Amino acid sequence: MEPGEIHALLGENGAGKSTLMNVLYGLYQPDEGEILVDGKPLKLRGPSDAIAAGIGMVHQHFMLVPVFTVTENIMLGAEQVRGGIAGFLDRRRARREVAEVSQRYNLRVDPDAVIEDLPVGVQQRVEIVKALTRDVDLLILDEPTAVLTPQETEELLTVMRSLKAAGKSIVFITHKLGEVKAIADRITVIRRGRTVGTASPEASRDELAALMVGRSVRLTVDKAPATPGEPVLEVSGLIVDDDRQVRAVDGVDLTVRAGEVLGIAGVQGNGQTELIEAIMGLRPALAGTVALEGRRIDGWPTKKVLRAGVGYVPEDRSVDGVVKEFTVAENLVLDIYDRPPFGRGLSLRPDAIATSASERIEQFDVRTSSAQAPVGTLSGGNQQKVIVARELSRPLKLFIAAQPTRGVDVGSIEFIHSQVIRERDIGTAVLVVSSELDEVIGLADRIAVMYRGRIIGIVGPDTPREEIGLLMAGITPDGPGSEDEKA
Amino acid sequence: MSTTAVPDVAVAPVDEGFWTRTRKVGVVLLALGLLATVLFGALATGEQARFTLSEDAAGAALEVNGTVGAIVFGLITLAAGGAMLARLPKRWFMPLLAVGLVAFVLSFLCWQVSAAPAGQNFMPLVNIVRGTFLLALPLIFGSLAGVLCERSGVVNVAIEGQLLMGAFSGALFGSISGSVWVGLLAAAIGGSFISLLLAVFSIRYLVDQVVMGIVLNLLALGITGFLYERLMQTDPTRYNSAPRFSNWEIPLLSDIPVLGPALFRGNIFLYLALLLVLVIHIALFRTRWGLRTRSVGEHPTAADTLGVKVLGLRYRNVIMAGAVAGIGGASYTLALFSFTKNMIGGKGFIALAALIFGRWSPTGALLAALFFGFADQLATYLGAINSIIPGQFLAMLPYLATILAVAGLVGRVRAPAADGKPYIKG
Repeated sequence: MEPGEIHALLGENGAGKSTLMNVLYGLYQPDEGEILVDGKPLKLRGPSDAIAAGIGMVHQHFMLVPVFTVTENIMLGAEQVRGGIAGFLDRRRARREVAEVSQRYNLRVDPDAVIEDLPVGVQQRVEIVKALTRDVDLLILDEPTAVLTPQETEELLTVMRSLKAAGKSIVFITHKLGEVKAIADRITVIRRGRTVGTASPEASRDELAALMVGRSVRLTVDKAPATPGEPVLEVSGLIVDDDRQVRAVDGVDLTVRAGEVLGIAGVQGNGQTELIEAIMGLRPALAGTVALEGRRIDGWPTKKVLRAGVGYVPEDRSVDGVVKEFTVAENLVLDIYDRPPFGRGLSLRPDAIATSASERIEQFDVRTSSAQAPVGTLSGGNQQKVIVARELSRPLKLFIAAQPTRGVDVGSIEFIHSQVIRERDIGTAVLVVSSELDEVIGLADRIAVMYRGRIIGIVGPDTPREEIGLLMAGITPDGPGSEDEKA
Repeated sequence: MSTTAVPDVAVAPVDEGFWTRTRKVGVVLLALGLLATVLFGALATGEQARFTLSEDAAGAALEVNGTVGAIVFGLITLAAGGAMLARLPKRWFMPLLAVGLVAFVLSFLCWQVSAAPAGQNFMPLVNIVRGTFLLALPLIFGSLAGVLCERSGVVNVAIEGQLLMGAFSGALFGSISGSVWVGLLAAAIGGSFISLLLAVFSIRYLVDQVVMGIVLNLLALGITGFLYERLMQTDPTRYNSAPRFSNWEIPLLSDIPVLGPALFRGNIFLYLALLLVLVIHIALFRTRWGLRTRSVGEHPTAADTLGVKVLGLRYRNVIMAGAVAGIGGASYTLALFSFTKNMIGGKGFIALAALIFGRWSPTGALLAALFFGFADQLATYLGAINSIIPGQFLAMLPYLATILAVAGLVGRVRAPAADGKPYIKG
């Protein structure tokens, strides 16, 4: 690393980027090898050593205490104290420091705001200010854009440029090629824990992607034009609250036709989760109707919805999608374990389950040591394939996939995408929710953008990204009518 | 720097509908006020209800006609409820709630005292206040032990065991050495011994903290019960007759009416409890130790990335908690009684309830403990004047209140986010 350089670390999920940086930040101990700073080997016993050596890190999942104020979060671990051994906090000095740093680097934050009340973009600024108050020379940003809108991402890139101008070095970890090309001075590609190459930002997207996965991948999804048929899913006037009784879905109308993919784009937390859960009967709807082929299914228990021909890939794989301690074979029949040929009366039929499991492992290219291995031992991508395999093994009318490729490697993404399209082509209605705009654009025949619990626009897949990005931020093309036009 | 507007993806304001918390509480107060005015007013007699400022019927007293008092205080409760429904600013909520509830209790007392048998139409306030604090004392120590532990993310169900162990070691070593101070130190060490086990098994070996706490309570009961029978009972004069702290009178403060005789002529444990509440409260919210403790209880990973030693801090706090609870246990054996088997008798669990009711804050825990102590004391008093309200009924009240509080009916009760979750690096 050079001073004043932005160095991008590019690699698939699970390639070892985050692990490498956690070692650099002293969170993990290296088994072998050493770290050199200014030519001198550095031994990091913990994050405090890293901070002392001028290394700061903004983690993928923010390391902020939600109930603390911005100032409290920033002073934690490096408190200014008075009163000797009693150690009374010097809040005034800390506030002044926060104000000063945020002024100097033009990072607007309110020192007295409580973290849990702040939007993610601002929380990220707090993280950056936190690192800067510790006088770091090297700042590690781990997947910083994963949770941001395109506009917030743009702002982050600006901040990174100004930090660079101030002589700070930045390591930028990501798997998004576009951002790397936009900002990096130098690119290192990592695959399976090894450096597989360095590149300059002039390298083409295809070259970088090929380096990342070791073979060339299709960045777009090949598909024939859709031939939409009858409406399968009709949602109208749906209103749903989230766990905190805050309105999450605020009057959504949607129609998905047979043989088409409707993609829902939007920044996470704009009601997508609650919308899907309400359709699946996992969350009560306060008003509105959900109909499957003209029959109302709102108020139905989830099992009945599934049996009516709905396939569902939940957004949080490890919590809702699989039972980690169960075997691959068991997970493959979680939905139909009580139906022949897998269950009979009170008993299961392990032989039938095993036979069908090996067929589907083959068919869906699940890389596992055996059908009897616990699903928790598989990589994220292969766990996801198990879920997709399970859901697509029933005859479906409607297939709902929420974040189908989150935390999944590029190879598996490609496979899962092709399965989604295959399902569409046999005449199933498909609803895809994703916070990855590229995924939605690639898969969908129509794109609905969700913002603050409403569908604020439905556009075609060839709409420019920027336009969809503005919609995701709540800005509609007709401009002034938008409710969020504040400077 | 770009100045493009970034629309905040903030959470929409909570729409609670018609039944806001203020409205619900207001209606409850109205109902209580109505009950007090009509029922207590009707049942109270025309006797003077005397609240004496002493330990018996003698001396100065606050007097009120029973019926008038019951009705007037009932009306005050009604007024507080009404004011709450009248959409006053939010900062009026707590004062109105306090006024409403206190007036309700006073109305109740006017009825009870005036309806007491002839010659007993008085309530000695000094006794009531002193008794309240006395009964609350182990609860205060116990819930402070809970605060220290749980604020750093370790659930402390073992308060009962820590109190018991403290009481036992205080009695044993106090007796052997003949010194109250040695007894006090031994009590602190005894309590920390139980919490050291809690720390090691829950922090190092990741045993479920609630299960571990319950096991430790049984362990403490077993050890102390065994040694009580095999050791203390064989030679009680040698092993179970610890010296006791005498009462210390604090100059000036002890001359305050009611509070002086009730509070400032007590023993060291009372002063220590109040001092500890103050010290822990300030330390928790104003010092480096407090900030780190709270961060470790809320988001240990974040604290770790900033160089805070998560496990070390947890060990330290859990062991300190044991020492505090141990001293609480000694408030029995080094001031009041000899040790007996299972002498804590569930107070540790009530302390846990006080901790929750007090929302994991030291001052909150103090108030909750006093509330529990007051209900207990009132139950005793009602028994003494042969009230038609069974004392046991009043003794149930604190737990009912705790259930309501935990269910979130009186505002939000939120435990530290990482409470009970072991921290595993990486």
